[in-house]
Amino acid sequence: MDEAGLASLITLLTKVGYQPIGPKVRDGAIVYEEIDSLADLPVGFADEQEGGKYRLVAGTKGSFFEYLVGPTSWKRYLFPPTHKLWSAEQKGKGFEIDKTKAEAPAYAFIGVRSCELNAMKIQDKVFGFGREDHEGAGIFSDPNYVARRSKALIIAVNCSRAGKTCFCTSMGGDPHVKEDQGFDLALTEFAPQQTHEFMVEVGSERGRLILELLPYRAVTSHDTDRAASQARKARGEMGRKMPPDIKDVLKRNLDHKRWDDVANRCLSCANCTMVCPTCFCSTVQDSTDLKGEKTERTRTWDSCFSVDFSYIHGGAIRPETKSRYRQWMTHKLSNWYEQYGSSGCVGCGRCITWCPVGIDITEEARVIKSTGK
Amino acid sequence: MTEASHTKKKHHCTCHSGEASPMHPRPFKVVKIWKELSDTFSMSLVPEDGQPIAFAPGQFNMLYVFGVGEVPISVSGDPTDLSKLVHTTRAVGNVSRALDALKEGMSVGVRGPFGTVWPLDVAEGKDLVFVAGGIGLAPLRPVIYQAMADRHKYRNLAILYGARTPEDILFDKELQRWKARFDIDVQVTVDRSTGDWAGRVGLVTKLVECGGFDPTNTVAYTCGPEVMMLHVVDSLHKRGVPHERIYLSMERNMKCGVGFCGHCQWGTSFVCRDGPVFRFDTIADDLKVREL
Repeated sequence: MDEAGLASLITLLTKVGYQPIGPKVRDGAIVYEEIDSLADLPVGFADEQEGGKYRLVAGTKGSFFEYLVGPTSWKRYLFPPTHKLWSAEQKGKGFEIDKTKAEAPAYAFIGVRSCELNAMKIQDKVFGFGREDHEGAGIFSDPNYVARRSKALIIAVNCSRAGKTCFCTSMGGDPHVKEDQGFDLALTEFAPQQTHEFMVEVGSERGRLILELLPYRAVTSHDTDRAASQARKARGEMGRKMPPDIKDVLKRNLDHKRWDDVANRCLSCANCTMVCPTCFCSTVQDSTDLKGEKTERTRTWDSCFSVDFSYIHGGAIRPETKSRYRQWMTHKLSNWYEQYGSSGCVGCGRCITWCPVGIDITEEARVIKSTGK
Repeated sequence: MTEASHTKKKHHCTCHSGEASPMHPRPFKVVKIWKELSDTFSMSLVPEDGQPIAFAPGQFNMLYVFGVGEVPISVSGDPTDLSKLVHTTRAVGNVSRALDALKEGMSVGVRGPFGTVWPLDVAEGKDLVFVAGGIGLAPLRPVIYQAMADRHKYRNLAILYGARTPEDILFDKELQRWKARFDIDVQVTVDRSTGDWAGRVGLVTKLVECGGFDPTNTVAYTCGPEVMMLHVVDSLHKRGVPHERIYLSMERNMKCGVGFCGHCQWGTSFVCRDGPVFRFDTIADDLKVREL
């Protein structure tokens, strides 16, 4: 498929009722926002990432997807940063709850990376997508997430390179998507030398039907070889690495002195949890009008790095940065297994890049492993 | 009943009310609200839609005051009486004070019931010991009611209760009534005696040390401040009650009640869903870690 094919894909998705969300340049970064056409995509951009550093740089001229993951993740659309849960109105001595739900939007995500597909699978487990409710066992699913997730259409993109903060291959991922990762179509971009083309892999029946409506040519062995060599290159470029046995290492080292060390650097700013594609903590805010007659409950993202996160009559359970950082890291890399059957980390490297002081989760893991029990 | 079949998370009630979303409070009417202690009150609630909530002992509800907010409160009423829902609360924060200020006839939002339950099936044919401190008696009261309703299933029943002062003894009249029965042993102690108190003075652990139960054939349930429960577990264990037969109720910042919001995370557990009632041996290691 060529550029014209991609353009008609976006048009087609819009025409059948999807809101396309894709990469855009804003404030010096690639973010995921509503897009209308190919013209919105970041043409010719790549990025440089390091601990605490993100810079957009010139990439291959004309390329669309050479950049790597930026500060936004798709969770923003499946699990919005603020979301109205309900409103209520005073009625006599009591009140009435208005449960009317806004209809969930149908998004088409364009440019979802392999690590991000894994992150969605992880949040699916958290919010109960694809699971029957077992209310009797206290197991519920989140109706808002489930509605958005079941409608979302996913156009994945394979990574042709890896960044200095990438480590998906340590977390069981790969720069090239696999069939069972849950996408509709997956694109491999062949950067424009003479022709700018995209190899398309089909991941679902819905994806196949869409592809049939688009102009494409058959894939040759030359194309698949080229895609494989791009994936090989990206695998070789992984800038970071996570120790494979970190789950158990952390369990043994809850009293390691490295927690004090990291607490001296950590600002407890919560950036890592905001950019993380799997972090799911939230809080609710009730706001009432001045007359006290109408009220509304909104759910917003929250972070285990805030002091009042664990507040309980009179004090916080985790007043120290040390215990809050430990909570985040042990949850993500260790306790997540008991809760959801996998690690909570996909190796996207966002928490490293967007940490203002460049704390590196893989480095912390490595030090705890090499100097701990 | 084998010990092994009782893992950490499996004591749930199968009786959630058919609410479409667990995030929406259901309006309940306050039919009665009364003072228990200087800072503690109870309220009796009936559902405005007429659909009663069935709960199991140990579970909690999120109680919502219109325009103010929500707090997790254990049910303190009788699980065999579905006509009303009773909660006992200490007025210590914004929402609990607003609850205290409600008048009969006003409405409260209820989400729940949530969480694990005090298991009684493991206690059949055994001695039961309930060890409570302060307001910790409230979450235990439903299981005491349940045990008394099926009194023939158990051997000795003992309630060991510690309060700060004689004025802080919760459910005082009820404890007296139970004490007057011949089939239940009620022991009360206070940290500090005042006025004409003629009862025991000392920690509740002292009651554990001399309580009339057969440690090798006992199931113990404890609720109170975390540090108190740890000492109670110690005393029970010293007397010979194995850790696998001790249950305790944990408290953390519960916000959503259904394991989505993350606030009550504690090690591998969501206290709202995997707790609040835990079997001691399954959380013994977590309890040793500061600020976990």
